Amino acid sequence: MKYDVVIIGGGPAGLAAALAVKKEGVDNILIIERDDKLGGILNQCIHNGFGLHTFKEELTGPEYANRFAQKVIEEKIAYKLNCMVISVSDDKKVTYVSKEDGLNIVEAKAIILAMGCRERPRGALNIPGFRPAGIYSAGTAQRLMNIEGYKVGNEVVILGSGDIGLIMARRMTLEGAKVKCVAELMPYSGGLKRNIVQCLNDYNIPLLLSHTVVDIKGKERVSSVVVAEVDENRKPIKGTEKEFKCDTLLLSVGLLPENELSKLANVELSRVTSGPIVSDNFETNVNGIFACGNVLHVHDLVDYVSSEAELAGTYAAKYVKENTAHNSYINVEVKDGVRYTVPQKIDIDNMADRIIVRFRVSNEYRNKRIVVLKNNEEIRSIKKKVLAPGEMEQLFLSKDELKDAKTLCVCLKENQ
Amino acid sequence: METREMICIGCPLGCNLTVKIDGTDIMVSGNNCANGERYAKNEVTNPVRIVTSTINVQNGKETRVSCKTENAIPKDKIFDCMDEIKKAHVNAPIQIGDILIKNVAETGINVIATKNISQK
Amino acid sequence: MKYDVIVIGGGVTGCAILRELSKYNLKIALFEKEEDLCSGTSKANSAIIHAGYDAKNGSLKAKFNVRGSILTKKLAEDLNFSYRNNGSFVVCFNEEDLPGLTELYERGVKNKVEGLQIINGDKARELEPNLSKNVVAALYAPSAAIVCPFEMTIALGENAVMNGAEIFLNKPVNDIKKINDYYLINGQYETKYIINAAGLYGDVIHNLICDDKIIISPRKGDYCLFDKEVGSLVKHTIFQLPNKFGKGVLVAPTAHGNMLIGPSASDVEDKEASATTSEDLEMIIEKAKLSVDNIPFNKVITSFSGLRARPEGDDFIIREANDNFFDVIGIESPGLSSAPAIGEYVSEYVATKLNAEKKENFLSKRKGLNKLNKMPLEQRASLIKENPLYGNIICRCEEISEGEIVDAIHSIVPATSLDAIKRRVRAGMGRCQGGFCSPKVMEIIARELNIPFEDVTKNNAKSKLVFGRLGEE
Repeated sequence: MKYDVVIIGGGPAGLAAALAVKKEGVDNILIIERDDKLGGILNQCIHNGFGLHTFKEELTGPEYANRFAQKVIEEKIAYKLNCMVISVSDDKKVTYVSKEDGLNIVEAKAIILAMGCRERPRGALNIPGFRPAGIYSAGTAQRLMNIEGYKVGNEVVILGSGDIGLIMARRMTLEGAKVKCVAELMPYSGGLKRNIVQCLNDYNIPLLLSHTVVDIKGKERVSSVVVAEVDENRKPIKGTEKEFKCDTLLLSVGLLPENELSKLANVELSRVTSGPIVSDNFETNVNGIFACGNVLHVHDLVDYVSSEAELAGTYAAKYVKENTAHNSYINVEVKDGVRYTVPQKIDIDNMADRIIVRFRVSNEYRNKRIVVLKNNEEIRSIKKKVLAPGEMEQLFLSKDELKDAKTLCVCLKENQ
Repeated sequence: METREMICIGCPLGCNLTVKIDGTDIMVSGNNCANGERYAKNEVTNPVRIVTSTINVQNGKETRVSCKTENAIPKDKIFDCMDEIKKAHVNAPIQIGDILIKNVAETGINVIATKNISQK
Repeated sequence: MKYDVIVIGGGVTGCAILRELSKYNLKIALFEKEEDLCSGTSKANSAIIHAGYDAKNGSLKAKFNVRGSILTKKLAEDLNFSYRNNGSFVVCFNEEDLPGLTELYERGVKNKVEGLQIINGDKARELEPNLSKNVVAALYAPSAAIVCPFEMTIALGENAVMNGAEIFLNKPVNDIKKINDYYLINGQYETKYIINAAGLYGDVIHNLICDDKIIISPRKGDYCLFDKEVGSLVKHTIFQLPNKFGKGVLVAPTAHGNMLIGPSASDVEDKEASATTSEDLEMIIEKAKLSVDNIPFNKVITSFSGLRARPEGDDFIIREANDNFFDVIGIESPGLSSAPAIGEYVSEYVATKLNAEKKENFLSKRKGLNKLNKMPLEQRASLIKENPLYGNIICRCEEISEGEIVDAIHSIVPATSLDAIKRRVRAGMGRCQGGFCSPKVMEIIARELNIPFEDVTKNNAKSKLVFGRLGEE
């Protein structure tokens, strides 16, 4: 089968991208989803807090997903469920397998990568100790509770204060579990401030900043977890160990864009985001392959995923219609506290009148300015009282102000 | 006069609010919108939260339906609300917005479905 | 129930012995205390088939290692387990250590290891480009190989079952009595002959029935396993020549394309103390850096610890300890490499003693499970057509289908736990470490075994994964 646009992943990014492609008048679209319903990981995020930007109301994950899924169905966009893509090639052939279709290859004029991300496992931190039952990444526990309906633990320690960890602290508490503490390696939380208030403070769950897990005990099921304070180099300080009796350890220690398929298609990845390097039209280095959502970089809000995906979909449709080729870019450099930007490069001649540059900072900062340098001169300065790595920042740049740019850089400076 | 520092949970911005309480007079600063002021005043007088959870489903394609309180309920009613949610059983089919529990924990607020569940 | 021979212990040694014994007309069984084969020392080691230069001349280790390494290659073909003849290096970093390398070389030649060569650092880097600039020379052993120890152990066990052996899982041995000319195990199972291959518990089993008391001590070794993305950083197994700073660690590819570093060596008291420690993990990371440049330590996907069964002496204990009671214990490194040869030797000894004849209809080959992601696309497509479950991918990291998991659950030695599935088909073995697939695998296990979801375990019965349904007290 041949399609104009094949979208890999039917989560929030894939759905918003598909709707945008359709809106641009390109009809021959296929969404390939691995799960048994559209909506991706939102279906297990039963908490509220989604959609304030997109719908101007506060929705739960399943509700947010459903609004997009309904539109996709109304627009009669083709989608396949329970289908796992096993390879993507740079000539845009997509191979997938499923119970119904067997092994199948589809061809596309453009591909949108929207596979999302996965959780970092325990091994990524090299946490010592036993390997018993009862150690879950927060998202796995979330699925076991919210989709399968099982009680995951009675006494719980959580490592990592990313949003899923915070949300799960509350969720497990509501279901009767005792959450002993949330330990965070960094001196600041990786999650949204509101989640610290409504998930931890509301239930008197201690947040131990600059702490990590140094031992896991229990041969068959977790029996206790040892937590210790860390020094400025994030090394545990001897003598500060505290043992928490518990049967469950949840890990919320970061998300990684899932780009194994992108690599097969020779898509160039950023070492910082672990996602593709894209230009202002969300196109990767492979012509006609676009990326958006958490596969591109990990977002804090699904609303941003939707708006980013909408743009990626629009550009992918444009590519199909006009077969636009881009070849001259300037790189968006980063320094002094800015970890990365998306896009990483801009085609100034062909860019939209206004683009959004999203980025994250590398540390917690107070009283700084976000500065954009064009040809080493400040063209933008935005005062910020607080900046934190857990929260994504964004700025808008116009074609006019980028005119004649030879170099472009986003950085932080002291607030004068 | 009492002064409290709090973080607004109205939206992901998480504004740092300063609340000055002088008898019945409540002064809020640090907020960027009207929601912040409302949140802070509520938080001082009658803190409320939306509760989300899941409810057991009979004869559905899935065994759990996700749900939420239609509006925020008083904080001290959260666990009473959860007790009712835990005991509840509902029958498929279920549509988003269907009332699953009426007047939960006598708060006057309903628990509604946040997911569609079709019949088995 | 009456048997001719009962083997105690379902590690690689026990399974190799069982498989070799199944060539004879004997009624044989194997007792394993855990819920699956390969649950002790055999599951957590370097997964190396050593060439055989390391062991002292004339030792049992030397004899069985060299022979075992030859047998393993053939076995891998016959029984269908992952095996790769990747060759190994022993590297040294100082000119002054060269005599040590020469000594190893000479020992290897005496042990009849083929193809050994001492090469200089540059030549070594030609063969292995990421080798450290500090390597001055290496002993190259082309016959060294890597295997999947889980597949190997299970393949041996399953092939034995195909040939009439019985395997009892969840069957610890607590009591052995000698009654006239037979033994009575747990007051229930009669057997003429017992083979003690109980690994770390080899001393406990031995001491149940033998007058002389022995001790097997656990020695812990920690490892880090890297993402497949790093799997080609080294092609050969890279050992370090032991020197005044200690024994060194290895850097090796695995048979499935990951990379492994380790092990540490810490003596511990508890036979169940398979917990990694930060000291040991840090040590292996530091030492691994000496051998190989540019190891991306942020690509570690899991770390684990294995316990080796240390005897009191330097060599394996392989002997008839009591009348019709045979010890095969203290099988530390190179135990995996030696297992097939130990199996051959022990089975011949026991068969002779019991006057058993070889079977004419021994099935020497085992097909094993279908591995779809290793197949050409056409073959894969046609298998999915036959059985659509092969089209439903459950473990996305290792690309394992529902069909393969169902096959494993109903295989000759059935997989009934999450870990058992992981060892057979690698679901949960990949970069997300079961984050996505474990709830799905649990569902499949519950469905196929017709047990409640909450009764599915990680490994043995005490390793429950969830505590019942929500809303039920």
